[in-house]
Amino acid sequence: MGLQMLVPFGPWSWLFFLVALKCGGASSDLNESTNASPQHEPDVRFAAAGSEPAETVSVFALDYDYVQIPYEVTLWILLASLAKIGFHLSHRLPGLMPESCLLILVGALVGAIIFGTDHKSPPVMDSSIYFLYLLPPIVLEGGYFMPTRPFFENIGSILWWAGLGALINAFGIGLSLYLVCQVQAFGLSDVNLLHNLLFGSLISAVDPVAVLAVFEEARVNQQLYMMIFGEALLNDGISVVLYNILIAFTKMHKFEDIEPVDILAGCARFIIVGCGGVFFGVIFGFISAFITRFTQNISAIEPLIVFMFSYLSYLVAETLYLSGILAITACAVTMKKYVEENVSQTSYTTIKYFMKMLSSVSETLIFMFMGVSTVGKNHEWNWAFVCFTLAFCQIWRAISVFALFYISNQFRTFPFSIKDQCIIFYSGVRGAGSFSLAFLLPLSLFPRKKMFVTATLVVIYFTVFIQGITIGPLVRYLDVRKTNKKESINEELHTRLMDHLKAGIEDVCGQWSHYQVRDKFKKFDHKYLRKILIRENLPKSSIVSLYKKLEMKQAIEMAETGILSSTAFSMPHQAQRIQETKRLSPEDVESMRDILTHNMYQVRQRTLSYNKYNLKPQTSEKQAKEILIRRQNTFRESARKGHSLPWGKPAGTRNIRYLSFPYSRPQPAGRDVRVAEFTDHDGSDAEVPTIMFNTHSPTGSLQEGQRTQEIIPMKNLHRGGKPAHLGYQRNRAQEEQLGGGRRVVLRPKPLFHAVDEDFESGEESEEEASAIGSRWSAEHRPGRDLQGSHSPLLQSK
Amino acid sequence: MGATHSASEEVRELEGKTGFSSDQIEQLHRRFKHLSGDQPTIRNLRKGPSGLADEINFEDFLTIMSYFRPIDTTMDEERVQLCRKEKLRFLFHMYDSDSDGRITLEEYRNVVEELLSGNPHIEKGSARSIADGAMMEAASVCVGRMEPDQVYEGITFDDFLKIWQGIDIETKMHVRFLNMETIALCH
Repeated sequence: MGLQMLVPFGPWSWLFFLVALKCGGASSDLNESTNASPQHEPDVRFAAAGSEPAETVSVFALDYDYVQIPYEVTLWILLASLAKIGFHLSHRLPGLMPESCLLILVGALVGAIIFGTDHKSPPVMDSSIYFLYLLPPIVLEGGYFMPTRPFFENIGSILWWAGLGALINAFGIGLSLYLVCQVQAFGLSDVNLLHNLLFGSLISAVDPVAVLAVFEEARVNQQLYMMIFGEALLNDGISVVLYNILIAFTKMHKFEDIEPVDILAGCARFIIVGCGGVFFGVIFGFISAFITRFTQNISAIEPLIVFMFSYLSYLVAETLYLSGILAITACAVTMKKYVEENVSQTSYTTIKYFMKMLSSVSETLIFMFMGVSTVGKNHEWNWAFVCFTLAFCQIWRAISVFALFYISNQFRTFPFSIKDQCIIFYSGVRGAGSFSLAFLLPLSLFPRKKMFVTATLVVIYFTVFIQGITIGPLVRYLDVRKTNKKESINEELHTRLMDHLKAGIEDVCGQWSHYQVRDKFKKFDHKYLRKILIRENLPKSSIVSLYKKLEMKQAIEMAETGILSSTAFSMPHQAQRIQETKRLSPEDVESMRDILTHNMYQVRQRTLSYNKYNLKPQTSEKQAKEILIRRQNTFRESARKGHSLPWGKPAGTRNIRYLSFPYSRPQPAGRDVRVAEFTDHDGSDAEVPTIMFNTHSPTGSLQEGQRTQEIIPMKNLHRGGKPAHLGYQRNRAQEEQLGGGRRVVLRPKPLFHAVDEDFESGEESEEEASAIGSRWSAEHRPGRDLQGSHSPLLQSK
Repeated sequence: MGATHSASEEVRELEGKTGFSSDQIEQLHRRFKHLSGDQPTIRNLRKGPSGLADEINFEDFLTIMSYFRPIDTTMDEERVQLCRKEKLRFLFHMYDSDSDGRITLEEYRNVVEELLSGNPHIEKGSARSIADGAMMEAASVCVGRMEPDQVYEGITFDDFLKIWQGIDIETKMHVRFLNMETIALCH
């Protein structure tokens, strides 16, 4: 008990320590820090301090100026991370409020401390820092991991909702506030229409950072999430454009005579901003995809290319006053498809994790800074303005949600229910974007700027805290449909079949719908884009890639757990069985892991789905063959044991084994894998099915110009084994058969015959299966003739 | 419109059976005539295995199309379930080519091979393995842990329903245009 209580306190005490350091830093920053050194000097009085000329070499000295900026940045980031750690260590807090709330609170605390000790306003987040450094990583991550298909399926609704919603909100809030300001009693009559409109535009912007942070906990179904996320992304363009236009108007003092030309120019501006941003993003995405085509020898810079080009797209768009957020999102979406196929596996992982890390850091910093900025002297409180702002924000959002969705529901086959609309209404969380825009207001033109800032902060706090805390319970209360993320082959198959069915039916009925658009796009994609952008064009079906992904997952789990179990879990005493089986020795596990890491499948995410217009006459897919081989062995194995299903749980969970090992395997005798001696073991034991691996060994044992792939069957995995390319040099004749000569199939003789033989064996098993009637059992191959050879991995017992 | 149609009782009957409105039936009839070249039936051009009808007439055409109508969410829960079941039954029959009420491994394999047949780089073997994997998954979902001697015959309709439980057939199996005035775009 006590220990658990201590744990959350640990980080908290560190937190305070860091805060103290920060304050020390901040205060010395605010004071003149030239004579900071004397007070910190130790007793050794060698140093000459301050203005005296140095007569002796100083042994210890302090130079704070030199490191000040990196020092403070690092401290801030550390502080934010510790706050986050503390947050997650506490058991009750994560369920109670989203992380962002806590970060704001910590920030406010720090700000209060700084303010209290110095009576000066703490450093405020500079708008340029926010827009140039903190915002891009978050948007990049959001765009990169966005599921593109639901997004494009709902693109019409999203555009309609985001575009019109932002406009309605901005003008509605602005006008209503203007009306309120007309009332003399509130003392706001110097705020004219343009100011109010401007304020409306900046307060109506929903912030993607805050929205994502709030919705992280509340998992809603994908369509809903797409709407919310899409809106957050897209309405940036609109509100920033509106903001800039209105600022321009204010500067020109033209608010008395705004002509229709200006309004038209404004509308044209929206379109240009949006489309231009997307255009640049797509261009940069293609460029970076093209470049990654050539990076196979220096895979270390692949993540760099990805990040730099995305950031570049953002900067270029911002230079031209286009929407940087849209640009970076479009870049990420475009890039992802092609880059994922080109980069190596490690680069892929690096990109993923680095992106997450960057966005996480940015997010924490943003919220902390917001908290810090609240404390200070930049405020002016006006009850009427603040309260009415808050009220109007909610009212107008409700109006826009319900009105717009009522209209768009007429055109959707799957309309959003009222519950969904309530959630969308509730998702209007404002964040640091609005705050920065408020801070950017030039004081000269806006004498009441402080009031705007205060009102913005109140709205932000309200939405983030109140709505953030209550969204989870609300989702549960309204019983909104949740996501079901089940990765199963069946689902993939059925979905795929459904797509084709629908496309076919639509074709028959002579309709043109977005399925056909999608089809046409894929056709174009295959014909032209992939030729240019992809390194080696490996057309893969998404079914196959999902399948391989699942298999790889299990293989890894196998290697890691090192549990030998034959079909034990289909027996009643599963747990016992697993205990009884022999454990792998650590070296075996190590060598298994070694082999796995070197020889794994190159499994990609779903890159392209099945497309009947696929024209690529490339080399054939080796991995498919591997799957076949492995399968057959699995069946053989399980048939030997007399049951049809070697495993009893859905794919993807831990217990599924694609390898089944025989019962009484003695300890692995050795790991020397050479072609030579294949000892025979009694016919009753199982041929241990193998894992076939694909490796991208850079040079490989086979000198091919490009990448080679070696298929390494791992029979009897628990025996461990060196990478089999040492020993399994066989069947070079496979090369020609498999076409292209770019890949080489290596198989040991024992189980894997030449290509045609596999099919033959496949056919035989089919005959058997049909011979047994509709009984679906694995192929049974007793006493299969192994041609007198077995895997070298099997040693004598 | 429908009033002067010579076979308006037929239309009404079809309306009742399939649930389309008379406008939609008109539209589909026009399409049917276009496809069939003004013959009363469409011939099956592909020499498929037995089990596929060689000819379908307009009523069959409509019946099949009616499976793709979007589910009307204003209906009560029971009817929605019924509709869902109907759609899934249609899908089930697509898999189950010999109509014995079970999707056996063979049939499943055929489906997967068909699906992957357009891709010239995936051999038959891999399609088969995928089908096997899917079948095993289905078995594990439906039957749970199996005794060593048990065999899994095939996916029955109930099992099929179970598999599809998490997946949203309502959003997937409908064709959008059938809801509105159709715009014939022949190409």
